[in-house]
Amino acid sequence: MSAAAAEPERRDRTLSQALFRYVLRLADTSLVLGQRLGEWVGHGPALEEDLALANLALDLIGQARLLLSYAGEIEGEGRDEDALAFLRDAPEFLNVQLAEQPNGDFAQTIVRQWLIDAWQLEVYGGLAASADTRLAAIAAKALKETRYHYRFSSGWLVRLGDGTAESRARAQRALESLWRFTGELFAADEIDERMAAAGVAPPLAAAAERWEARVVADLGQATLARPERQPHPWHGKRGLHTEHLGHLLGEMQHLQRTYPGARW
Amino acid sequence: MSETIRDCSAADWPLYEVFIRSRGGLEHKHVGSLHAADAGMAVEHARDVYTRRQEGVSIWVVRSVDIVASDPGEAEALFEPARDKVYRHPTFYAIPDEVKNL
Repeated sequence: MSAAAAEPERRDRTLSQALFRYVLRLADTSLVLGQRLGEWVGHGPALEEDLALANLALDLIGQARLLLSYAGEIEGEGRDEDALAFLRDAPEFLNVQLAEQPNGDFAQTIVRQWLIDAWQLEVYGGLAASADTRLAAIAAKALKETRYHYRFSSGWLVRLGDGTAESRARAQRALESLWRFTGELFAADEIDERMAAAGVAPPLAAAAERWEARVVADLGQATLARPERQPHPWHGKRGLHTEHLGHLLGEMQHLQRTYPGARW
Repeated sequence: MSETIRDCSAADWPLYEVFIRSRGGLEHKHVGSLHAADAGMAVEHARDVYTRRQEGVSIWVVRSVDIVASDPGEAEALFEPARDKVYRHPTFYAIPDEVKNL
C-alpha cells in the first residue's frame, strides 16, 4: 500500500482512538460517581434521601454501561462493559477527578453532585446533537436523568446554603474543598478539540460560560460565596488521579479480581 | 447517628400522604406516606420512593395533618346502615365489554 493511500486510514485509526478515549472519559465519570453514591446506601440522613441517592447512582451506572459498551465496540479488541469497568487499573480510568472525591458529609456529596450535574447538563445537552448518532442517543437518554439529578442537587444546595448556620458552614466548606477540581471540567485538550472539530462533542468554551452562569446563579440563591481560589486544570481525563480512586476501585473491582468471570 | 435520623425525618420533617396515578385516565391512589421538609421535596421523595418501578405518571402529595378522617368510634352509625341495602350494588346491570376500569 502506498504512503498516500495509508494516510486516511491512519487518520481514521487515530480518530477512533480519540473517540474511544473521549467516550471512556464520560463513562468513567458516571461510573465512579455512581459507585461513590452507592456508598451512601444504608447511611443516608433519612430513608427518603437514601433512596434518592441510590436512584442517582443507578442512573449513573446505567449511563456508564451504555458508554462502556460503546467504548468497547470502538476499541474493537473484544473488551465488553464488564472488562472495562472491572479489569482496568486506576491510571487507565479517565474520569474527572471531581467524581472520585470522597463522599464526606452530606453537604460535600451534594456540592460534588451539583457541580457535576451542571457540567453533565452542558455535555449531554451538546452531545444530544452529536454527529455520532450512537453517542447522541445515549446522551438524549442521559440528559433526562441529569435534569432530575440537577433538580435534586441544586435544590439541596439551596436548602443547605440558605438553611441553618451549621448547614451553611458545611456547604461552604465543601465548596471550598471541591472548587479546585472544577478547572478540569472545561479544560479542553487535544481530544476534546478533535471531537469538537469532528462535530462529535460540543465546544467546551461556550459550555463553560453557560456552566459558570448557572453555578453563579445557584450560589446566589443558596447565599453561598463563590470560592476565590482558582481551580486547577487537573488531569483525571488523562489518567492522573488522586489517591481516592485506587481505594474506590479496590472495593468496586474486588469480586471480579478475586473470582475472575464470576456472574451474578 | 440514629439520633440524627430521628431528628431530621421524624421531628423536623412533617408527614405527607402520597397518591400515585398509575396511568392516564385512572385515578390517583393512596400508596403510602413519607417525610419531607416541604411539599416540593415531598413530590421528589415520592418520585424516588414510590415510582422506581414505573408505578406512576402523576403524583399528588398532601400533608397528613390536612386529612380529615372519620371517627372509628362512629363506624357503626356511619357504615352499618348500608349493610342490608344490597340493592344499591350495580350488580343487576349488564356491563358492556367496552367499559373498562369500572
